[in-house]
Amino acid sequence: MLMRQEHTLEELQVLAKRIRREIVQMIGEAKSGHPGGSLSAVEILVTLFFDVMRHDPSNPQWRDRDRCVLSKGHGCPALYAVLAEAGYTPVEQLNTLRKLGSIYQGHPDKRFLPVLEASTGSLGQGLSIGLGMALAARLDGRPTRVYVVLGDGEIQEGQIWEAAMFGAYHKVDNLVAIVDYNRMQLDGFIKDIMEVEPLIPKWKSFGWQVIELDGHDIPALQAAFAEAASVKGQPTVIIAHTVKGKGVSFMENNPKFHGVAPTKEEVQLALEELK
Amino acid sequence: MATKAFELKPGMATREAFGKALVELGRENKDVVALDADLSKSTFTHLFGKEFPERFFSCGIAEANMVGVAAGLASSGKIPFAASFSCFLLNKSFEQLRVAVAYPGVNVKVVGTHSGISIGEDGPSQMSVEEVSLACSLPGFVVLAPADEVATRALVRAAAEHVGPVFIRTGRPKVPVVYSPDQDFQIGTAVEVIAGWDVSIIANGLMVAEAIRAQKALEAEGVSARVIDMHTVKPLDREAIRRAAVETGAIVVAEEHLVDGGLGVRVAQAVAQMEPCPMEFVGLQNTYAESGTPEGLLDKYGLLARDIIAAVRKALSRKR
Repeated sequence: MLMRQEHTLEELQVLAKRIRREIVQMIGEAKSGHPGGSLSAVEILVTLFFDVMRHDPSNPQWRDRDRCVLSKGHGCPALYAVLAEAGYTPVEQLNTLRKLGSIYQGHPDKRFLPVLEASTGSLGQGLSIGLGMALAARLDGRPTRVYVVLGDGEIQEGQIWEAAMFGAYHKVDNLVAIVDYNRMQLDGFIKDIMEVEPLIPKWKSFGWQVIELDGHDIPALQAAFAEAASVKGQPTVIIAHTVKGKGVSFMENNPKFHGVAPTKEEVQLALEELK
Repeated sequence: MATKAFELKPGMATREAFGKALVELGRENKDVVALDADLSKSTFTHLFGKEFPERFFSCGIAEANMVGVAAGLASSGKIPFAASFSCFLLNKSFEQLRVAVAYPGVNVKVVGTHSGISIGEDGPSQMSVEEVSLACSLPGFVVLAPADEVATRALVRAAAEHVGPVFIRTGRPKVPVVYSPDQDFQIGTAVEVIAGWDVSIIANGLMVAEAIRAQKALEAEGVSARVIDMHTVKPLDREAIRRAAVETGAIVVAEEHLVDGGLGVRVAQAVAQMEPCPMEFVGLQNTYAESGTPEGLLDKYGLLARDIIAAVRKALSRKR
């Protein structure tokens, strides 16, 4: 049974780059999708699935596994590439993204991909679902830890703050939320749409342990997840500063690539950069 | 379908019957958990919370999160019952019921209390007159509306055994006992409460007792009315409906809900497909109600035996 994989930092970084290539290719092939927010979450997901989480691709329904809910469902190309590289699903089908009958649906859909922990895409819901999973594990006395990846724009949803209150009140210390803080949402920069700052005091005042870091810094992520595991009596949120479109120069911090696919030429340019 | 002799006797509210049944389930199965949104004394989940505090999750006045948490519990093997007033559960959490529950098809039980207008004095902001329509619109949902305490207990147990999302509609006022304790209930199988051959009255919830009262009055006039308890609104017992249409040739549907989108339109859809016959609909007519006593409201808004009888006469007048 595979539980925890041991990878060097270099291996994880190489993997992250490969996953970025797969993201760009599959969205280019699909001619629609969300490259920016997929690329910003790569190190977060790679660190979780290839270093932190206890899970077993040969036994996806293992009762005691750790669970990852991608609440920002539009970032699913990153999750699909990670699941494929981890051995859960076929890498060669990644380019069927968004096509009729594909296991890689436009947003995460458990009906087509049962290995997903939740069907998401309607923002604001994953934290509540993750809290339910964490409570179930606690009731059963299972070691399961739950990781919920949130978008920064997503936390404008009121349900997130209902869930934040709930998590602190019920002392759900086997859950970690990660805010992929790339500072952009569909219509533009967060500060121009609906400011979410001050983010750290906000989460702290809701009763959460807060860790702030560079969301592309794998050792920092590893240290933060380890620190979160030692916190008792309260949930942890990691504010991960990221770059939207990370790794592809013309996509970085470019609001256009929130929800627009790269053209064929742009895919080629991006793959050159990601060699 | 089974026919049972009966008489209407005083009984408890279906919400109370739910709360008691939930405690029984909790004793039998440790995976049964409950969630409530600051209404546990009204929904009777406080009974469960008192006996199983570690399995009871107080969610505060935050229904959307409650349904999401229930979805997470269910996808980890628990059988969560999330309760609140029907209007808040179905309206405030509809999006969560759609994406977190119905779409992945997780095993969440949603129990609405204070359904319909019979809640009385609190008025329309707390009344639920749309939620059967909302719940039925969700693919894969089972929608139940028990008539009395016996039906509620049986259907709460059936809901726990059923794997998949279920909505159970219960009410605030005490309602008469329709059934003997040994009455059998299956999800999706209507109960023929009284046999009859001239017209069928299809009802659920507290309208079943009104239908029985109407049947007695009609019998005195020489009209033989069949009374069917359609406690499962989805999936509908199409065979019971087909037989009602074929054998009685006229159907009246009675429900404590807006007639737009409730039990009536679902029965009419089935009748239109299988065996068209004259139909009439007793329910709330394109309006919200108001404050008042439950009895006064049911009277003013046309939800009594008298209104069912009037509908029966109308349907019979159009019968070939």
